[in-house]
Amino acid sequence: MVVHQDIRDVWDILKTVEDPEIPVISVFDLGIVRDVRMDSDLCIVEITPTYSGCPATKVIEDSIRQALISAGIEDFRIETTLSPPWSTAMLSNDGREKLREYGIAPPEDEETDKLALMGEDRQVSCPQCGSKDTKMVSQFGSTPCKAHFQCKECLEPFDYFKCL
Amino acid sequence: MENKEALYNAVLHLGDNGSILGHRLGELCGHGPVLEQDIAMTNIALDLIGQARLYLQYAGKLSGKDLTEDDLAYKRDVMDYKNFLITELQNGDFADTIARQFTYDTFHLLFLRGLSDSKDETLAAIAKKSIKEVTYHQRWSCEWVIRLGDGTDESHEKMQRALNDIWMWTDELFTQSEDEGSLVESGMLPDTSLLKDQWLNEIKRIVEEAALDMPEDQPMQEGGKTGYHTEYLGFILAEMQYLPRAYPDATW
Ligand SMILES: [Zn+2]
Repeated sequence: MVVHQDIRDVWDILKTVEDPEIPVISVFDLGIVRDVRMDSDLCIVEITPTYSGCPATKVIEDSIRQALISAGIEDFRIETTLSPPWSTAMLSNDGREKLREYGIAPPEDEETDKLALMGEDRQVSCPQCGSKDTKMVSQFGSTPCKAHFQCKECLEPFDYFKCL
Repeated sequence: MENKEALYNAVLHLGDNGSILGHRLGELCGHGPVLEQDIAMTNIALDLIGQARLYLQYAGKLSGKDLTEDDLAYKRDVMDYKNFLITELQNGDFADTIARQFTYDTFHLLFLRGLSDSKDETLAAIAKKSIKEVTYHQRWSCEWVIRLGDGTDESHEKMQRALNDIWMWTDELFTQSEDEGSLVESGMLPDTSLLKDQWLNEIKRIVEEAALDMPEDQPMQEGGKTGYHTEYLGFILAEMQYLPRAYPDATW
């Protein structure tokens, strides 16, 4: 029998599934879970990849599968959707804060992002000391979703989560 | 030709472009001139291969034979590959890699903007996703053309030579096969012949900023879409397909 409670439970479980590359934020915070719905007795979890070539996509799918099975949910299917494409606007506010605490500068708005990645200094704040005196080292960072920055104040290098 | 087969071939072509150019860039992993650029090129490779995967998954569905993206990437031979010749060219020196990337990225971005209006929902969705990624690729390659062209005498000379050398491979980007013509008419694909002027303007703008000269007009090469490739593709496929051919259906 399908009750609304089931769907809420599934969302709660998804809030505990960590992103494999940034373990401080959940797949829920990351905004890649697009929808949870029931199709008669089958629970459908719809996810969307961040980057087309993101190697984490498959791992995320496996983690979700594992979490649901551990919680005793067996009748489910994970579907991938591309439309609308994932964007950094789908990151939750909670997720942004957690990124900053973890040492990754969260994405700014699109205009700031453009300026920052065109090499304009003083756009992105350092997640360590908060200074805006930072510079981009490379628009491509350790993973496809990040650019590589350095703080000129505290000299720490850091990742910036690019707007997409 | 039936529209479905035409669409299948067109989607294969799009997938092959990403898969082959991605493979080429992937060869540079650990060989970039500096660490940041090594990472940049492999990031771009990853995006292109990810996009190729989406196209080839779709082609697998269109094939009506339950083919996967792996079947299509690993079990087709040179004559069945439909990528543009420019994507299979060797990396050469860093200027050659940049010249190939610059001319291709600039085309790729214009093409994806057109494809995002496709009447085919899957193609439009893949295009909308890819545009965001390719915008970064194009920005990166333009920056490097400017940096090398407007750099030292040696970098200027190398960038100019690389641009001249890549030129004969660029016209193929705007050719259209007969099947594609019918897909353009039905609004499934953008008309690439209309993109050429825009492309040329953008290339000229960057070439000028880089203090370089536009290459001279010359005879152009084409053939990739119809399976006529350079000798380089066979070597790429030999490396790419070795494992699945030696150990069919191997799994992790
Ligand atoms: Zn700092």
